Order: sequence, then C-alpha cells, then structure tokens
Amino acid sequence: MEIFNNLIFGFSVALSFQNVLYCFIGCLFGTLIGVLPGIGPMATIAMLMPITFALPPVAALIMLAGIYYGAQYGGSTTSILVNLPGETASVVTCIDGYQMARQGRAGPALAISAIGSFFAGTICTLLIALFGPPLAEMALKFNSPEYFVLMMMALIIAALLAQGEMVKSVAMVVLGLLLGCIGTDVDSGWQRFSFNILELTDGIGFVIIAIGVFAVSEIVSNLGDPEERSVFTSNVGTLFPTRDDMKRSIGPIIRGTVVGAFFGTLPGTGPAISSFSSYMVEKKMATDPSRFGSGAIEGVAGPESANNAAAQCAFIPTLTLGIPGSGTMALILGALMIHGIAPGPTVMTQKPDLFWGLIASMWIGNVMLVVLNLPLIGMWVALLKVPYRYLFPGIMVFSCIGIYSLNNSPFELYLAALFGLLGFVWRKLECSPVPLMLGFILGPLMEENLRRAMLISRGDPLVFVTRPISLAFVIATILIVIIMQSPALKKKRGEITG
Amino acid sequence: MKLELRSNKDFWAGMMFFIIGAGAILMARHYPYGSTLRMGPGYFPVVLSIILIMFGIYVMLRGLRKNEKIQGNWSIRALIVLPLSMVIFGIVMEVGGFVPALIVLCFVSAASGREFKFIEILLLALILCVSSVAMFVWGLGLPYPLFQKIW
Repeated sequence: MEIFNNLIFGFSVALSFQNVLYCFIGCLFGTLIGVLPGIGPMATIAMLMPITFALPPVAALIMLAGIYYGAQYGGSTTSILVNLPGETASVVTCIDGYQMARQGRAGPALAISAIGSFFAGTICTLLIALFGPPLAEMALKFNSPEYFVLMMMALIIAALLAQGEMVKSVAMVVLGLLLGCIGTDVDSGWQRFSFNILELTDGIGFVIIAIGVFAVSEIVSNLGDPEERSVFTSNVGTLFPTRDDMKRSIGPIIRGTVVGAFFGTLPGTGPAISSFSSYMVEKKMATDPSRFGSGAIEGVAGPESANNAAAQCAFIPTLTLGIPGSGTMALILGALMIHGIAPGPTVMTQKPDLFWGLIASMWIGNVMLVVLNLPLIGMWVALLKVPYRYLFPGIMVFSCIGIYSLNNSPFELYLAALFGLLGFVWRKLECSPVPLMLGFILGPLMEENLRRAMLISRGDPLVFVTRPISLAFVIATILIVIIMQSPALKKKRGEITG
Repeated sequence: MKLELRSNKDFWAGMMFFIIGAGAILMARHYPYGSTLRMGPGYFPVVLSIILIMFGIYVMLRGLRKNEKIQGNWSIRALIVLPLSMVIFGIVMEVGGFVPALIVLCFVSAASGREFKFIEILLLALILCVSSVAMFVWGLGLPYPLFQKIW
C-alpha cells in the first residue's frame, strides 16, 4: 500500500529529533498563548510567525502547524473554563462546556474534548494521506481559469462565513486584493501604489498586516472594553469522564469528525461552520434536546471533534491545491511562499518530505496536545488568572521583535502600527479583517491566473464557464451562496451564536 | 428622524471603502491599462477600485437607511499610545539598541492600559528583556546589538 509507505516516510521525517522538538515547541507555545485570555489563534500565529522564518522549511511548517492546533485547542479550554471563546469555532463549546464547568464537571468536559479532538485528528491524518495525492493529481489538470475560479470560490465563501454582514466582508476581500497589488508588478516591473517608498517596492509583508490587524488592534479593543471573566478554578474536578459520559460521547465524536472533515476540506469554510453544524446535528439527534444548553456532554464532544477535524482537514486544500480555506490557512500559505515554496499540487511531488512530514507531525502533535493538556490542566488554569495588564506588553514585545526581524528595519514597524490603527477602526465598523487577509494573500496569485486565463482564451471572459471543471466550480459557488443565504439557515445560525 | 452621521457605523464603513477606492483609482490611472487579452499593470487595480467604490456607495447608502450605531468604547488612549509604542520601538532600536528599545516599549505600551504601577512595569520589563535577549539574540541568533554606543 502506497499510503502506508508514504506515511512511514512521513513519520521518518517528523520523528527526527529536530522536528519533534519544533512540533513540541509549537504545540506548547500555541496552547500557552491560546489559553491566555484575549489572544485569538490568528494573533497567536501572526506574532509567532517571524520566529519560524529562521528555521528550515519543514521544521518551520511543523512548528506553525503545532502553533495552529495548539492555539485552537487552547481556545476550547478557555471556552469551557471561562466561557470565553478564543474564536468563532469555540463559540458553541461555550454553551454546554461552560455549563458543565459550573456544575463542577469541567474535568470530564476537558477530557472529552481532548479525546474527541484526538480521535478526529487521527482520522483526519489518515484522510489527508488518503485523499491528498489523488486530489493533487486532479489539480495538476487545472489550468489558470480553474485556479482563478477556485480562488474566487474560496474568497466568496470565506466572506459569507465571516462575522458581520456579507456585503462588508466582500468589500474587505476586494480591499485585501487591492492591498495585494502594492509593490512591483511581476509581469511588467511597474511600481504600483508604492508612494516612491523603497521598502514598498516588494509589497507589504503579510505578517505586518496580520500582526497589526489581529494582535495590535485586539489589544486596543481589549483595553477599551475589558472583559468580565470568572474562572471556575475551585473545582476542575476529576478528569475522568464517567461510563455514561463516554457512552453518550462516542456517537457525537464520530459524527462530529465526519462533519468537520467535510467542511474543513471545502475551500472557504472551516472550523467555525463545522462546530456549529455538529452542534445542530447532535441537538437534532438527541432523545432529549432540552438537555442542550444546560451541560450536555454531547454538545461538547461533537463540536470539539468537528472543529479539530476541520482544522486539520483545512490543510487538504491548502497543501494540494494551494487554496487556503480560512484566515489561518492563508497565513500558513503565506509562510510557505516566504520559504520559497510555490503552493499548489506540485508541493507533494517536489517536496515530499515537507508534505508527508507535515502530515505525520500532525498526528504527533495531536498526541502531544493530549499529553500537554490533560495532566497540565492546573497550569493552564493558573495562566488564566494572569491579569491582562501583564500580558499585553509581552504580546507587544514579541510582535515588535518579530516585525523588526523581518527586514531589520524600523519601517515595517511603522506600517504595522498603521495597520493596528486601521484594524481597530475596522473592528469598530464591523468590517471583518479575515476576508481582507485572505484577499491579500490570494491577490497576486489571482491576478496572475486571471492574466494567464485571458491569454489562453484570447481575452474571452466566457472561458470560465466553457471549461467543464471551471464551470463546476462556478455552479458549486452559486449553490453554496444560495444555501448560505437561505432564511432557515440564517435563523438557525442566529439562534446558536445568539 | 434625525440622522446622526457621527456614529453611523455603515456610513463610515462605506465612506472608507469609497475613499480608498477613489484614491487607488486616482493613483492607478497612469498605470498602463492594457487590454483584456494582455492586461497591463493597471488593469487589475482599476477594476478592483471600481468594485470597491461601488461597494462603498452601497454600504454608505444602506448606512443612511439603517442608521446603526457604532458599539463600544473608542479607547482613544490605547488607540494612540499602542501604535506609538511600536514607532518608538523602531526608532530606539536604531539609535539605542535592543535592550533600551525593549524597556521603552514595555513602559510606553503599558501606559496605554488603565493601571500604571511603576514598580510592576519595571519588573515586567526586566523579565521580558532577559527572556527576549535569551530567546532571540542568544537562542535564535538575531544580530542585534544589545546596546548601541553612539553617545
């Protein structure tokens, strides 16, 4: 079986001392910062990203992936213990997880979330190994029109699913695309929007925007509206779920994994929609739906498995097609490009060590998360009590050093400060920065593919609907838009996120 | 009903899209546009700017109709001081070196918070300084002088 040979090769890469170490550091830092209040996964990845630039590509990606699921996981811990979701994906975990914590059952809730995530992680590792290669093979047949439409699809769906209104999200995508134009045009060498500033001729680094918009503006907003937090530290209780808990959770974990794997793989969707759907499924399937909302363990098991499954399967489109499904995946894609790797189906054949090593490391990372989280839960609880006024100068220190190290010049810091300001204004105007980030990273790729598509078709825009694969993507996009706009779904989404 | 433009959320969001779009189109109008077949460097930006302007107008008009207010505080203090701390870090990094820049960054950024206790911040700054030097300069080998000797 080729898949096993590939996985064994992957493990031989991932299990080298250096890579295990970076995977561990990534998971540890990710969880650490993910647990800390007031810092979401996007900000975590953004501020730690510059550190990984100094590493070899495989180690860097392994560490980044570790940070990513560590942060995600840390978010679940805070949703259960403090009712504060680090990001939208953990919103639903709050509903029943926090109730369980209030009933003194935080321990089982955390344990089930760990077990569910681990199960989902294992299945998804296999799924990526299984479906990655055929998908990449298929993607090799794609030409520029297909890529352009696929990127369009990812951006539109991402805008649909972003928080806030769709119109503004789409406008933010366009703004991101426009920001992506800054710098030297690859085709003609023309300087675009560079204001005669030397540093802008290479364009703006995505880390600068990410740190400004996600880390700095997040701090400003936290300082303006301090959150109320009450930690249930007195009794995390026994970690072990009862036999009844286990029996109730098996179904939700399996269903959650399936839901998460499905949505994670679709470009543009991601963990948030998965955990939400999984919660809806469990509530529908339950014999007594009224238990949901007052500490039903199914409401933790399902969504937690789903969001971990989605978080991992999101790597499928990112690694095989070069299309990021979410804001965090866009950052990972950006990191790939910084390391000089052209994202797309060729990654697997040209950099097999990176592809298979990364996949194997995901499973290793999942083991580490369980090991890190359950026995050390006391430490994470203690961290939750650190006052914010000690935290944010630390975030600033990390962010500033990271930005300065990009180019060893202060100009990048001025830019990041500007994006911090802008990011806060966008927050106030309820314009989600995530679609902007996706647009920014995909912008140059989209322009290139659009140009090539037009060359192929001799300037005929109908090329996007006359080629079968491209047409299929167009139809899929339209269908998804219609489904997402259906009043029934909108209403349900409103019910959940309240 | 009296329209309150000052805090009209969508009006300002639309205005922002409009201004950025209009600014971009003004700058991009001199870039060679090319044709649909052979797109010049101006093609993509101009098309994007036009789309952005249209979105801007739409969002602005909708804001006038819905008249929703901006929520929460503006936290002007943090909004000014925090970005400023990054700028100052950049400047001190060039003239003073790594350690002074970090200390200044800690103090200035801490000043954007509600509580400012000198001793606390000093301790925090020292801890952050030692750990950053250990991690970034000794650990990752970033080539920054701890102190610049220019005075």
